[in-house]
Amino acid sequence: MSTKGKVVGIISNLVTVAVDGPVMQNEICYINMSDVKLMAEIIRIGENNAYIQVFESTRGLKIGTKVEFTGHMLEATLGPGILSKNFDGLQHDLDKMEGVFLKKGDYTPALEDDKLWEFTPLAKVGDEVLPGSWLGEVKENWIQHKIMVPFSFSGTFIVKEVSAKGEYKINDTIAVITSENGDERKVSMVQKWPVKIPIKAYKEKPRPFNFMETGIRVIDSLNPIVEGGTGFIPGPFGTGKTVLQHSLSKQAEADMIIVAACGERANEVVEIFAEFPEIDDPRTGRKLMERTTIIANTSNMPVAAREASVYTAMTIAEYYRSMGLKILLLADSTSRWAQALREMSNRMEELPGPDAFPMDLPAIISNFYARAGYVSLNNGVSGSVTFIGTVSPAGGNLKEPVTEATKKAARCFYALSQNRADRKRYPAIDAVDSYSKYIEYPEFIKYMKENISTDWVDNILLAKNILIRGHEAYEQINILGDDGVPIEYHQIFWKSEIIDFVILQQDAFDKVDASTPIERQRYMMNKVLGVYKMQFEFDSFEEVNPYYKRIINVFKQMNYSEFHSDKFKKFEDELQILIKERAVVEELINKTY
Amino acid sequence: MGTTAFQKIYTKIDQITKATCSLRATGVGNEEMATVNNRLAQVVKIQGDLVTLQIFSGTEGIPTNAEVVFLGHAPQLMVGEELCGRFFNAYGQAIDGGPEVDGQLVEIGGPSVNPVRRKQPSELIATGIAGIDLNNTLVTGQKIPFFADPDQPYNEVMAMVALRAKADKIILGGMGITNDDYLFFKNTFENAGAIDRIISFVNTTEDAPVERLLVPDMALTTAEYFAAKHQDVLVLLTDMTLYADALSIVSNRMDQIPSKDSMPGSLYSDLAKLYEKAVQFPDGGSITIIAVTTLSGGDITHAIPDNTGYITEGQLFLRKDTDIGKVIIDPFRSLSRLKQLVIGKKTREDHPQVMNTAIRLYADAANAKTKIENGFDLTDYDKRTIDFAKEYSEKLLAIDINIEIDTMIDTGWFLFNKYFSDAETGIKSELIEKYGKRKSN
Repeated sequence: MSTKGKVVGIISNLVTVAVDGPVMQNEICYINMSDVKLMAEIIRIGENNAYIQVFESTRGLKIGTKVEFTGHMLEATLGPGILSKNFDGLQHDLDKMEGVFLKKGDYTPALEDDKLWEFTPLAKVGDEVLPGSWLGEVKENWIQHKIMVPFSFSGTFIVKEVSAKGEYKINDTIAVITSENGDERKVSMVQKWPVKIPIKAYKEKPRPFNFMETGIRVIDSLNPIVEGGTGFIPGPFGTGKTVLQHSLSKQAEADMIIVAACGERANEVVEIFAEFPEIDDPRTGRKLMERTTIIANTSNMPVAAREASVYTAMTIAEYYRSMGLKILLLADSTSRWAQALREMSNRMEELPGPDAFPMDLPAIISNFYARAGYVSLNNGVSGSVTFIGTVSPAGGNLKEPVTEATKKAARCFYALSQNRADRKRYPAIDAVDSYSKYIEYPEFIKYMKENISTDWVDNILLAKNILIRGHEAYEQINILGDDGVPIEYHQIFWKSEIIDFVILQQDAFDKVDASTPIERQRYMMNKVLGVYKMQFEFDSFEEVNPYYKRIINVFKQMNYSEFHSDKFKKFEDELQILIKERAVVEELINKTY
Repeated sequence: MGTTAFQKIYTKIDQITKATCSLRATGVGNEEMATVNNRLAQVVKIQGDLVTLQIFSGTEGIPTNAEVVFLGHAPQLMVGEELCGRFFNAYGQAIDGGPEVDGQLVEIGGPSVNPVRRKQPSELIATGIAGIDLNNTLVTGQKIPFFADPDQPYNEVMAMVALRAKADKIILGGMGITNDDYLFFKNTFENAGAIDRIISFVNTTEDAPVERLLVPDMALTTAEYFAAKHQDVLVLLTDMTLYADALSIVSNRMDQIPSKDSMPGSLYSDLAKLYEKAVQFPDGGSITIIAVTTLSGGDITHAIPDNTGYITEGQLFLRKDTDIGKVIIDPFRSLSRLKQLVIGKKTREDHPQVMNTAIRLYADAANAKTKIENGFDLTDYDKRTIDFAKEYSEKLLAIDINIEIDTMIDTGWFLFNKYFSDAETGIKSELIEKYGKRKSN
């Protein structure tokens, strides 16, 4: 007999319910209004009252309304059919909802009960299996979707029966397994898991070291991220956070992309809805949408579901990671989620922490980031969840609580700079302020040496150094005047500008420039560093600026041309001639090229 | 507001604060409307049988034995074709002396559009102002505010944009505007002969501040009614800073803990709920929102402009350019996020690069000016950028410009050719070949 209750208090979406039996923290319940049921979650319990946050508007709700408790926490429904879906924050399928407007209490199922999937068994009768072990697989778009022993089971089991190859529905039993004490348990293709709890059905979680290509030069060539890594992008509005996230989702080297649009603009999600089904995915030869799942809780959707949306997304990511896949999870933006926590904490009259955020915000954020990672599964296969979150710092101030808490949790920091955005230097990532902790990992350095290039990490350090020195020279020039500094200073500055214009800046809206494959990045970095190592001769500082601008212009034309195309080569030759105009040591040119 | 025979009248109020009163009542719904001695009020909190009402016009002179009647519904508005050309207050009551409106009653502040049912905005809104059309192109279904200091002519610019925008309906939501501004809008719309497609909801500085909270919902509910009839609706909201101030008054009186700048912690969600009503519907009809957020001394880090910036799709900055003595749309700080959906697609393909190059060169001019201030000599390039910046400001950025977009782009090329070499512009060579050939030779 499940617990029941009655509404006794309402403040906005915080509702107090007098209950008649046991309830559990974070338990899900439904408020039975005359025409609809509203979903809600317990967020505090006191005396005989449960305090629940309602995932909907409570307009019209009256005292005395009956409430039913479900006995479980907010759960994600995990099974074939998740890929390519557009869910709301509670994993209701947005496409199944009728009408243009969202209706209160319109809870559509996440998966299709009657769809047939082509099942192939992987386990044999007599096999010993653990939670997360693969029993079989079905083909979902281009992914071999593994059907696993539910994560909620505990202990080891012996496979007693497994269904033969054939077509099944998600709720059909595809295997029977026996526990150590002889209990038989049926397994279907769908399972549930509480979203706030990490899925830990893996053997170990080593430090991540596999480089993950993104095609974005300022990331790959200067602040690389790894499979299973974590990163965050803080930036004032208008600095290109969203464009950057979209570029990442289009280009990143991942088997599956999950986008959690958390409390952000609806039109940005619409852009994904409109574009992803059209964009060709070079990895699969299909459309990008086929490897993407979107969790949309836009800013005008119920605030309480915002928090749930990031957890739902992470749980789905962990589920697919357990199939040995590489998942990229993008959340835009975690600040909105923190604000949702603040609104609730405020209504519950909790004592506030900094900027009125709840005191445990840093702990909540770091626990969440910790769910990402690279794992070795029990069968030896590896999988990863790479998580990149954006942060929208209030007033562009990076000292605010959400940014500070995130900085402690994430390993890569991509600082978007207002200054660069104002000067239209996109992506506006400040390459010097940004960092990737992974370039300090010996495992990563070794991986890069063996797989990408022997001097990748060295080049990163060199390029950053050039940028810092260029900036220093620029300040000196500004203080002392163009003619108050040696010509060398102008050269140092302009050499850093080459890196800025050719490597850092990238036109996300140009077909060729938008994504740079790693081989091309290596080639261009060597080319740019080659120019850096050269010495040029000038009679006066006035000659420096126009000359370097010409060099930059030719480099940019190269960036706009297909790699190694005739056009690309033409500009490359042009560059060679241009360099010869002023280069001091002839043989150095020949050596570098 | 009259009462009907079966409505229960309560006459015992337990508690009165500056904005709210509490009384014992049963069967009351959350957010339900009520009247307290004929003043409109709304339920904001229910604790057992203790109901707290927010009285929009304030509690001055409310006695403990005031008559309280619950109306049994959330805030409503009568919508219909008859709204056109009319002026209303924050409650949707006519203030222009005209007759009562007949139509259908709808609740304001209704549900959100399912994101998967939205259509990607793709129709350009031409305003003739190059600072907007060239650099910060607007698109139907967009939401964008002017960020302006109180001394800047934002209402004038907004009225001009609205009249040039060829919308089917223009809906003005005036919050805390002065009576002078109200009359300005009224005269401007009337003189333009556009009054038939304009509907206004106005709360002036003479009215109670908390009433303002109803204005945007009134305006947007009306907008949804017409957009559902496949019309393109433009909503003007001025001034959203005063709206946010009203929010903070209410939250303060509800004893909520303030977050940054004394604003309620829910400011972001409160503003987003309004701005996200901007939409392009799949089978025609759209709502575009142009708002005004006044700043204090140009400070965009204040919680109101800051939260707004994260919600809206860009912002337009007005700034007085002392070089030319005119107000311009600041190319650095202004941004239209949706411009990518139309520029180079609905406009000429060289539009994006011409736009970016001009702004970059304008930034170089700003650097050169810093050099002058620091007493350094200028290079030849510096001098050219300064001359360019002045002409660019005059011919393109000033808000009194009214030209076609192609002419704006051509003007851009004309200026590049006049002051710079091709290499200095750094534009893709094909585009220079196709569009940028020097006209003189």
